[in-house]
Amino acid sequence: MQTITLLIVLAPLLGALIAGLFGGTIGRGGAHTVTTVGVAIAFVLSALVFKQIAIDGAESFNHSVYIWLVSEGIRFEVGFLVDELTAMMMVVVTFVSLMVHIYTIGYMAHDEENWPEGSGAGINSYQRFFSYISLFTFSMLMLVMANNFMQLFFGWEAVGLVSYLLIGFWSVRETAVFANLKAFLVNRVGDFGFLLGIAAVLMHFNTLDYASVFNAVELQKDVTISIWPGSEWNIMTVIAILLFIGAMGKSAQVPLHVWLPDSMEGPTPISALIHAATMVTAGIFMVARMSPIYELSEVALAVVLTIGAITALFMGFLGLVQHDIKRVVAYSTLSQLGYMTVALGASAYAAGVFHLMTHAFFKALLFLAAGSVIIAMHHKQDMREMGGLRKYMPITWLTSLIGSLALIGAPGFSGFFSKDSIIEAVHHSTIPGSGFAYFAVLAGVFITALYSFRMYFLVFHGKERMDEHTRSHLHETPWVVTVPLILLAIPSIFIGGPYVGSMVFGDFFSEAITVAPAHDVLSQVGFTSAMGMIGHGFLTAPFWLAASGVFVAWFLYMRRTDLPAKIVALPVVKQIHWVLVNKYGFDDFNQAVFGGGSRNLGTGLWKVGDVALIDGLLVNGSARLVGMVSAVARHLQSGYLYHYAFAMILGLLALFGLFVVG
Amino acid sequence: MFADLPLLSLVIWTPIIGGLLVMLTGSGRSGLEAKVLALLVSLLTFVLSIPLYTGFDTATYQMQFTEFVPWIEAFSINYSLGVDGISMPLILLTTFMTVLVVIAGWEVIKNRPAQYMAAFLIMEGLMIGVFAALDAMLFYVFWEAMLIPMFIVIGIWGGDRRVYATLKFFLYTFLGSVFMLIALLWLYFHTDSFAILDFHAVSIPATAQIWIFLAFLIAFAVKVPMWPVHTWLPDAHVQAPTGGSVILAAIMLKLGAYGFLRFSLPIVPDASHTLDWLMIGLSLIAVVYIGFVALVQQDMKKLIAYSSISHMGFVTLGFFIAWRIAEANEGSFTGATMGIEGGVVQMIAHGFVSGAMFLCVGVMYDRLHSREINDYGGVVHRMPKFAGFMVLFAMANAGLPGTAGFVGEFMVILSAFKANFWIAFVAATTLILGAAYTLWMVKRVIYGEVRNKKVAALQDINGREFLFLAILAVMVLGVGLWPAPLLEVMDATVQHLVAHIGVSKLPATAL
Repeated sequence: MQTITLLIVLAPLLGALIAGLFGGTIGRGGAHTVTTVGVAIAFVLSALVFKQIAIDGAESFNHSVYIWLVSEGIRFEVGFLVDELTAMMMVVVTFVSLMVHIYTIGYMAHDEENWPEGSGAGINSYQRFFSYISLFTFSMLMLVMANNFMQLFFGWEAVGLVSYLLIGFWSVRETAVFANLKAFLVNRVGDFGFLLGIAAVLMHFNTLDYASVFNAVELQKDVTISIWPGSEWNIMTVIAILLFIGAMGKSAQVPLHVWLPDSMEGPTPISALIHAATMVTAGIFMVARMSPIYELSEVALAVVLTIGAITALFMGFLGLVQHDIKRVVAYSTLSQLGYMTVALGASAYAAGVFHLMTHAFFKALLFLAAGSVIIAMHHKQDMREMGGLRKYMPITWLTSLIGSLALIGAPGFSGFFSKDSIIEAVHHSTIPGSGFAYFAVLAGVFITALYSFRMYFLVFHGKERMDEHTRSHLHETPWVVTVPLILLAIPSIFIGGPYVGSMVFGDFFSEAITVAPAHDVLSQVGFTSAMGMIGHGFLTAPFWLAASGVFVAWFLYMRRTDLPAKIVALPVVKQIHWVLVNKYGFDDFNQAVFGGGSRNLGTGLWKVGDVALIDGLLVNGSARLVGMVSAVARHLQSGYLYHYAFAMILGLLALFGLFVVG
Repeated sequence: MFADLPLLSLVIWTPIIGGLLVMLTGSGRSGLEAKVLALLVSLLTFVLSIPLYTGFDTATYQMQFTEFVPWIEAFSINYSLGVDGISMPLILLTTFMTVLVVIAGWEVIKNRPAQYMAAFLIMEGLMIGVFAALDAMLFYVFWEAMLIPMFIVIGIWGGDRRVYATLKFFLYTFLGSVFMLIALLWLYFHTDSFAILDFHAVSIPATAQIWIFLAFLIAFAVKVPMWPVHTWLPDAHVQAPTGGSVILAAIMLKLGAYGFLRFSLPIVPDASHTLDWLMIGLSLIAVVYIGFVALVQQDMKKLIAYSSISHMGFVTLGFFIAWRIAEANEGSFTGATMGIEGGVVQMIAHGFVSGAMFLCVGVMYDRLHSREINDYGGVVHRMPKFAGFMVLFAMANAGLPGTAGFVGEFMVILSAFKANFWIAFVAATTLILGAAYTLWMVKRVIYGEVRNKKVAALQDINGREFLFLAILAVMVLGVGLWPAPLLEVMDATVQHLVAHIGVSKLPATAL
């Protein structure tokens, strides 16, 4: 097992290193072969590990690889923990990554066109892209396979680094290099909390090893910490909230969500891999992994629940007003991450993680399908210039439809099982804020269906609104693009039913996830079987909300295409629309307050503190005083440095002599 | 086989004598002989310093490789050398960085290359002398003498405002060291000895401790530098040639921090305890205030200089957090070792990272003769290899895990959390600020469209530049991915230091 786990992480790393360092030598074919094979090895072995742990019931694996450092007897290690939760994550990460590797061969085939003539960075950019996505796979695997908080943080920051490099991949575009800086800094705000959370763990448990910490939480659950004099906080609440701040950055929860829509500046394959399927779910994974800690703090759970509910509902609204096909999917991702977070807050960790898995498949599918459309449209992303693509791109059309149905939770599709479980779980939750959360996730179902099918109808049906040149070149994308779509469409339909019984309502995660009996909402749902769930699904509110969302979308964008513009022109709607188009003002606020504010503060401290006060008053003031004195002794100046040096030594000796003799 | 050799004397005097020889050879305009000789001397010194690591006994805190020769017996001043787990890595850092500086100056220095190389070699020997001296007077002589070559390097090979910068540098540091001299003389009359280890052992009354602490503080705070005596550093960096900036940032700043460990903490622990609020406060100001100032710099060297001050704040924070930890944990110093070790790791790591950052700016400056951020933009399109290195070092500067820049900050933040939530909170803002000022610079310099014709004409790094950047990249990643060997070396020494400062040194009557 140790060899296998090492191979799983090292195969993508080796591929990344070869493609990155020797990309010029091995060429394009060499680079995509070596990285794809590396990730394929990781996927096959991950599937093997999943089979052993999850199906054959092997013991979970916990082993350290090497000691990073020892200080005060505390060992900081790099090591792997593979249990059911990790095994599932490994399969999802490596599978989606493999699909994206294959897809990229087609998507980036003409990447040289994206670079200005003579750009050195444009040389071997294809190889570099493969190197980055393999490096990402390595980092993400290190994150999910960690057996301690330090390595978790390593993986956490490493995926952030690769995300930074990939959002800004087309480094000639100002928007891209703005977006990647923004993404990194916003994530750093989250990591700031995350690191303090880790420090709190170390302080109270004297170890960063998961198993040791989780074994000790019961003993420590009533310990309090004084944040400011007179206020005692439960240590579990402090740790849980600090760690969750990290999750808010990585998993883009309000108000740290602002980086994710802008991250769409990166090439579409990485939007699918990093900014939809895997990296952004790291926060969800982390909270599920830390369930023994979160279960001890209802305050923290309420925070998680509320933040998740806000994200699920309000980010969904923004999807309604976007014209860029990728941004619709991006806001949809934000909203779905909100659903997962709501599940975590309701202590339905299994449902959250299950939605993470189904979402990884259908959202990667939707992104890659959007990318396929973008290829066909010659890199135009505005849906107002699309329409009627169904007949030109049958595979892309069908797989997109499957992805959209899974996303809105149509009964039978994978997303139905995961989303319905979350909604039902929240319904039974008694955590403060669960009432609002229940409303938010229900309303979110309607919104999801509306923006998803608005996009679907605008792109694939209706009038063909593109120019004649583009239309004449429209055709289905090559097999390297469509095969991953098909392979992702299969789990988007089928992965839900067979696993919902064991993963969400069964004891699949019982070793990996801890739920306090008082919080165990999933056991109150009354699940019988997957078929029973489908049958029941047609009778519940979510189904009718989704159906009406699809109907409204059809009516507005197929039937009465004149209506949307008229609705937006209505008095109150106009204001709301303005708020939505401006994304609730988060970007402007951050730009002005944090961006402008820290620049002004920096300038102020520099000009007033350093230049005027310290240098102007103290240093140069005393220098002038010295200057006046030395004006008398000006004739001693010779202009030769060594004279000064010599004089200095003489002076020193004289001073020294004075002290010793005196 | 090395045990019988006076290794420390060899690593001190080889570069000094070698430097003098280099100066003698260098009349030629190209100075090729001088450069080759300088490279050989620096390599030889580096090789001679390696047995200090391989032969080092990590189990003891006692001084090792000691040498003792009476020097001025009338005042019991001795030529006394030795290293422990703190000074040894710093000596290796010095010998290592000097080799890189010699390589980095190879083609770039056209004006009197022999004297340039000689200055750095002599400076190397003197700096090692500071780290190895166990006699306070010997320490002082090396400490002051070291200023002269740096003074000359900035004064001769510096930029347009080099006279202002050298004077500022000189006055600041010189003024600081005068106070140190007074403190050392007081200690001499108090103990009848100049042995630093005797200073460690002697008990000192409370008021005297405060005065001695303040005298040392002025000397060391200027060197580190700590706010508000830091303004000489940006000026010195901006005017210094690349090699001067590298040595200044990588080694000289560490001398101040080393002074706190060798003098302030062990000699006057009670005063260090009394005034730890001041040290912690100044450290946090360095992290935050200087972080914001770095954000708005237009000159790349100034930006990196301010970032150095900010990073050095972590060093002093780690050193002086010990008593707060004890107060918060019923007198237990558990956690203090991690803070001090974090500070020492940060010293080493900052040596590599800041050295690398200054070399990167030097590479660009050699081509464009500008350090202004606004003169660049889109460098990646012309210098993709260079951009790769620059982004790596920038990430290390921003404290990314897996690079050297992370280890020390991580340990200090973990340690500070044990003392007080808010100290850790303020210190951890470096995660955001450090990333903001470093990566914003990278965005404007490296990324984007090619800004002007000068940038469009840039050539990527040559083999020589690739060599020194690659060596530093290996070190930055090496320390980041496996810092255990570094910690092992210093652990016994730091543990002993923490045990030592935990015991009051006030005279028995005063208790």
